[in-house]
Amino acid sequence: MLEFHDVTKRYGNGKPAVNNLNLTIEKGEFVCFIGPSGCGKTTTMKMVNRLIDVTEGAILVDGKNIKEQDPVELRRSIGYVIQQIGLMPHMTIRENIVLVGTLLKWRKEKKDERARELIKLVNLPEEYLDKYPHELSGGQQQRIGVLRALAANPPLILMDEPFGALDPITRDALQEEFKKLQRELNKTIVFVTHDMDEALKLGDRIVIMKDGEIVQVDTPEEILRNPANEFVEEFLGKDRLIQGRPDVTTVGQIMNSTPITVKIGTTLKAAITKMRDERVDSLLITDSDNVLRGFLDIESINNNYKKASTVEEVMETDIYSVSQDSLLRDAIHKILRRGAQYVPIVDEGHRLVGIVTRATLATLVYDTIWGDGTEFEEIVAHAE
Amino acid sequence: MMDFFATHGNELIIKSWEHLYISVAAILLGVLVAIPLGILLSRAPNFADRFISFVGILQTIPSLAILAFFIPILGVGKLPAIIALFFYSLLPILRNTYIGIRDVNPGVVEAGKGMGMSALQSIIKVEFPMALPVIMAGVRLSTVYLIGWATLAAFIGGGGLGDFIFDGLNLYQPSLIIAGTVPATILALIADRLLANLENRMTPEGLKDSYETV
Ligand SMILES: Nc1ncnc2c1ncn2[C@@H]1O[C@H](COP(=O)(O)OP(=O)(O)OP(=O)(O)O)[C@@H](O)[C@H]1O
Ligand SMILES: [Mg+2]
Repeated sequence: MLEFHDVTKRYGNGKPAVNNLNLTIEKGEFVCFIGPSGCGKTTTMKMVNRLIDVTEGAILVDGKNIKEQDPVELRRSIGYVIQQIGLMPHMTIRENIVLVGTLLKWRKEKKDERARELIKLVNLPEEYLDKYPHELSGGQQQRIGVLRALAANPPLILMDEPFGALDPITRDALQEEFKKLQRELNKTIVFVTHDMDEALKLGDRIVIMKDGEIVQVDTPEEILRNPANEFVEEFLGKDRLIQGRPDVTTVGQIMNSTPITVKIGTTLKAAITKMRDERVDSLLITDSDNVLRGFLDIESINNNYKKASTVEEVMETDIYSVSQDSLLRDAIHKILRRGAQYVPIVDEGHRLVGIVTRATLATLVYDTIWGDGTEFEEIVAHAE
Repeated sequence: MMDFFATHGNELIIKSWEHLYISVAAILLGVLVAIPLGILLSRAPNFADRFISFVGILQTIPSLAILAFFIPILGVGKLPAIIALFFYSLLPILRNTYIGIRDVNPGVVEAGKGMGMSALQSIIKVEFPMALPVIMAGVRLSTVYLIGWATLAAFIGGGGLGDFIFDGLNLYQPSLIIAGTVPATILALIADRLLANLENRMTPEGLKDSYETV
């Protein structure tokens, strides 16, 4: 999709700003460039849409050397979101969103339709199309900046610190939203950032740069596990390196050890009461030895309420569980992959010892982002 | 007073019209030349600063001297008057166009370029509309000055309200001097208001709020 072959950029005669860069980015990949200020991230990105000329080497988009393409045409075929938001203040949101469409001389109806289609993607009301940028909040403007890059449906999008100027909470929301959007739309994205958390969160691969050269290119996991050198380690920071090894944490350490259960033999009526009192929509069922036997959810009760009287008659026995000694990382993967709301945790004898729910995971994630829980509560209090 | 209008009323209207005609012609020429030139200059900022200082120096030459200078070249009459005044209209428009374009948020210009705007599209769709309020302010300033200076046109036979003033000076009749000065001032004030209005109307919708708060 996007290839850099021995790409070098020199401004004037000095030290190269980008030196002998080699990299291949696959279609649909989300690649984050990160590195200290002045390391050449923006330069690398701008060379792709020819806002900056390559001094030596070649850049290929879809196998074609960009040097052989008309720069104006090339830019219209590549989405671009810049460091400052860069919306046209004298144009309405609609005009801003379909700017590339205007340049490509789309019909008015086509532009209107596209604008309405796009604004839905970021959950803003259609009325916003007739507003001007200064009437929108920073976060909303940045969403429009992203939509603008999507307008002509380019397969490749370049983004230079698009969320850099936003407050942490808005940034977080936008990152989520954007990552989701990218998965749906299957775009190839080159994303420049200063922020390691952002890179780890968004990137399929991360390119760490220093002084115009690539220091390491790897998946976030791999970078956390095996930083290429001291520079990368320092750049990641000690905290992250520790957090980056959830391998050592077991499920047992983070699970909630008081799951809501009922015993075999309980009547359905009692089970329903328990559900209501505990405000849960699902119960784990154990026998007298506390061995996990199955589970029961509201739906199956509803369907069988007339026909059955005790829980074992309607419980689902095909229950999936995780051993308390298994690694957190694997457990998380399993939960997420199965789309489960929770997973029961058992010991060697298949006895129920706890539960990990999505809420448990969320807490864990918050702790990782914001430190321990108290700090998080403070942030929430501020936000309110 | 009534006497004055009885004898000079007609003349006053004709002279005011001439006056306006000379000034507007000079301004229009100035706009036609200075705005494109200002845009061109914005592409060569190093040269632009020197060029604008140079034009500034030219303009410090007293207006009478410039007018006198044009007599041997263009003779007397309206045309040399208009041309001389045109030179005076240039600087404010040129400077404001250049500064207006130069100060357009570079992020916005780069976004446009990055989206695939050609240089011309960038000027027409982005830089010019965004610089328009500043450019219009230059045109307005120029116009007000020029309506004042146009009284000097009489000196080279261009006509206009200056005729009254020169007659008044020659014949030592203060009423004639006033008859030349007051209407010129009124014309300048009206022109200023009209242009302020136009400026407001030409300011792109999305810029109005931010511009007014500045
Ligand atoms: N137009 C230019 N002329 C000369 N040198 C430049 C120019 N643009 C960038 N540089 C230099 O090239 C190097 C890389 O700049 P670049 O903008 O790519 O850095 P960056 O990684 O994007 O930094 P930041 O994180 O601050 O945005 C820097 O040393 C910078 O000073
Ligand atoms: Mg940069």
